[in-house]
Amino acid sequence: MGAVQNFFDHYNYIATIVLMVAGLYIVIARGNMIKKLIGLMLFQTSVYLLYIAPGKIIGGTPPVLDPNFTVYSNPLPHVLILTAIVVGVATIALGLAIVSRIHEAYGTIEEDEIFAREEQE
Amino acid sequence: MSAITAQLPGLQVVVPLLGAIIAAFMRRGTLAWAWATLITAFTPIIAFALLFQVWSNGPISYHMGGWPPPIGIEYRVDLLNAFVLVLVSLVSTIMMPYARRSVAHEIDGDKQAWFYAMYLLCLAGLLGIAITGDAFNAFVFLEISSLSTYVMIAMGRDRRALVASYQYLILGTIGATFYVIGVGLLYLVTGSLNFADIAARLGEASAAFPRPVLAGLAFLFVGISLKLALFPLHLWLPNAYAYAPSFATAFLAATATKVAVYLFLRIAFSIYGVALDLKALPVSTVLYPLSIAAMFIASILAVYEQNLKRMLAYSSVAQIGYITLGIALMNQAGLTGGIVHLFNHALIKGALFLALGAVMYRAGTVKLDDLGGIGRTMPLTFAAFVLAGMSLMGVPGTAGFISKYYLIVGALDAGKWPVAFLIVASSLIALLYIGRAVEVAYFRPVSQAVAHAKDPPLMMLVPMLALTFASVYFGIDTELSAGVASRIAELLIGGLK
Amino acid sequence: MRLDVVLRVGVKLIIPFMLLFGLYVQLHGDYGPGGGFQAGVIVAGALIVYALIFGLDEAQRVVPRRLVEFLVPLGVLIYAGTGAFALLNGHNFLDYSVLAAHAPAGRERGILLVEAGVLVTVSSTMIALFYAFSERGR
Repeated sequence: MGAVQNFFDHYNYIATIVLMVAGLYIVIARGNMIKKLIGLMLFQTSVYLLYIAPGKIIGGTPPVLDPNFTVYSNPLPHVLILTAIVVGVATIALGLAIVSRIHEAYGTIEEDEIFAREEQE
Repeated sequence: MSAITAQLPGLQVVVPLLGAIIAAFMRRGTLAWAWATLITAFTPIIAFALLFQVWSNGPISYHMGGWPPPIGIEYRVDLLNAFVLVLVSLVSTIMMPYARRSVAHEIDGDKQAWFYAMYLLCLAGLLGIAITGDAFNAFVFLEISSLSTYVMIAMGRDRRALVASYQYLILGTIGATFYVIGVGLLYLVTGSLNFADIAARLGEASAAFPRPVLAGLAFLFVGISLKLALFPLHLWLPNAYAYAPSFATAFLAATATKVAVYLFLRIAFSIYGVALDLKALPVSTVLYPLSIAAMFIASILAVYEQNLKRMLAYSSVAQIGYITLGIALMNQAGLTGGIVHLFNHALIKGALFLALGAVMYRAGTVKLDDLGGIGRTMPLTFAAFVLAGMSLMGVPGTAGFISKYYLIVGALDAGKWPVAFLIVASSLIALLYIGRAVEVAYFRPVSQAVAHAKDPPLMMLVPMLALTFASVYFGIDTELSAGVASRIAELLIGGLK
Repeated sequence: MRLDVVLRVGVKLIIPFMLLFGLYVQLHGDYGPGGGFQAGVIVAGALIVYALIFGLDEAQRVVPRRLVEFLVPLGVLIYAGTGAFALLNGHNFLDYSVLAAHAPAGRERGILLVEAGVLVTVSSTMIALFYAFSERGR
């Protein structure tokens, strides 16, 4: 019973780990370049959850100063993750642009086909 | 005057950043090059001013936005920072005149201005990583420099540059995300993002939550190792360096991995070392086998490479193994060896890649079989290659020897005789691959591709010869390189718990 | 009568509200979820939905490519310029308190300015990305 209680107490960390591992698995196991980028996006999303979920303090109000309240939720993780989301968007956009150019240059976006073509050169 | 001096840490990053923005408005390649050279020339002035200030007065603290440290982002310059800043800015400035012909030759006209904008962004990012005292700010600058690097590599002429850039993007983003996870774990247990503040709070945090602190160290270590190209995580480096434009390769080889080493030193020694017992943590245990594997396996792979740029890229992976071996030794001499090799390797690899870029400019190829007799048609270039190669091998009288010497002394101080023997043995492998290039260049008949090649124009020749001269000079007068490095090692080890 | 009447009329009705919502999100960044990045994406989304329904040429008549390529660095320049303005007045980089006599008012002004810069850059970057990808196939 204690283990189940422990599990459900930390469900946000469990979700983070599941997303993280799923994202990494897709990056490693799939050869299609777009699928790898999707896995990468999933992996980065898990990190957002890692930061934001502990930022909510139980019993805390939104972080706007008010004389009636003393416990506020932490606004700093939100700021950090906003930066991280922008970085993630830029990375994925760049990745997709490179995949688009690879498709024009090679005619395929499967990694094994591209490596086979390079082996011949 | 003192108003400017007080703002120097901020200016170190703001100048290249503003330069990059203005370069993004430009459309003509030559104008963009001139602007990039002007901006790059300011950075070593600022870096040297910071170094003098730190050398005489001690660490500098600069509050971004006027907000004091644990609340705001702090730029903290001490001797290690200033050393890395001087290295990055000085090498970039020396390489800038080279860029004009090289970039114009390898990149199409309308994209050249964008290349210089990306280069300035990368420079701003690297300088930012080296100067910041905030963990998340380091991530932001890490990604700024990485994203602009991916763009610079993808601009290479060969279509394999695109695949290399994509691979680097995937691996580099995984590395940066691991770094963020590590920072996140540290933030969750200490409540702060400032390096100095985390170090102050990590002791009690580790007593209360030992596992997240260790997990944070593991994530940080893996993330930074991906950027460092430490042995098993180096897979992006050979292709990225081989197929990128020559100037980009030379710039990245000399600066990007060195800044990652700085970040690793900062985290290991100034955060974990100050709060916990660094020798009890598994850092050395993991670094020893990986460094030695890097030194041997990468050197052996370099021997079998036909493409000279890829050969030097594998050689870079091996040399990074030496630097991390110096860190793993964790004593005065070993750490001095690691830090001074950081400096020397930047000069050596910069010179070597500039020489290869000149070969690419004149002969259009860097495949070893096509380059027969090039030592006779491009005498100065290949003399530079041979001299820098000798420094790479560690021939006495060159800078490479100084780093190997300190590393061997450090290994002996730590009582690890086998490691000292392995350092010497792997240096001999460098003899094999440099020797192979020398044999083809000087002792074979002049081949078709290089028959009409001659030495590159003066603007390309001078930076190459300057870096080659530096890689030999710092083997003779070591006060500036090894003297500063040993003082840094003293400070880092002195700060350990 | 063309078959996509509903789409065309619907989009023409919705775009002004999208732009207004983007402006709302931009200005409410200090009080609730919002700020430059989110507003930039919403504003870009308005133009992208216009391009999706009416065609790329129509959209490029409204916001030409050269304008977008000019706006991308302009936003960053606004942001860095605000920081540099603080430098020129003797304070540290990005110290917004110089922008007004009363320091908190100065900081509020500074944040509004930098968020405006972020809005310009993010929206024009999103539009530039859309143009770059959709011009590829032509």
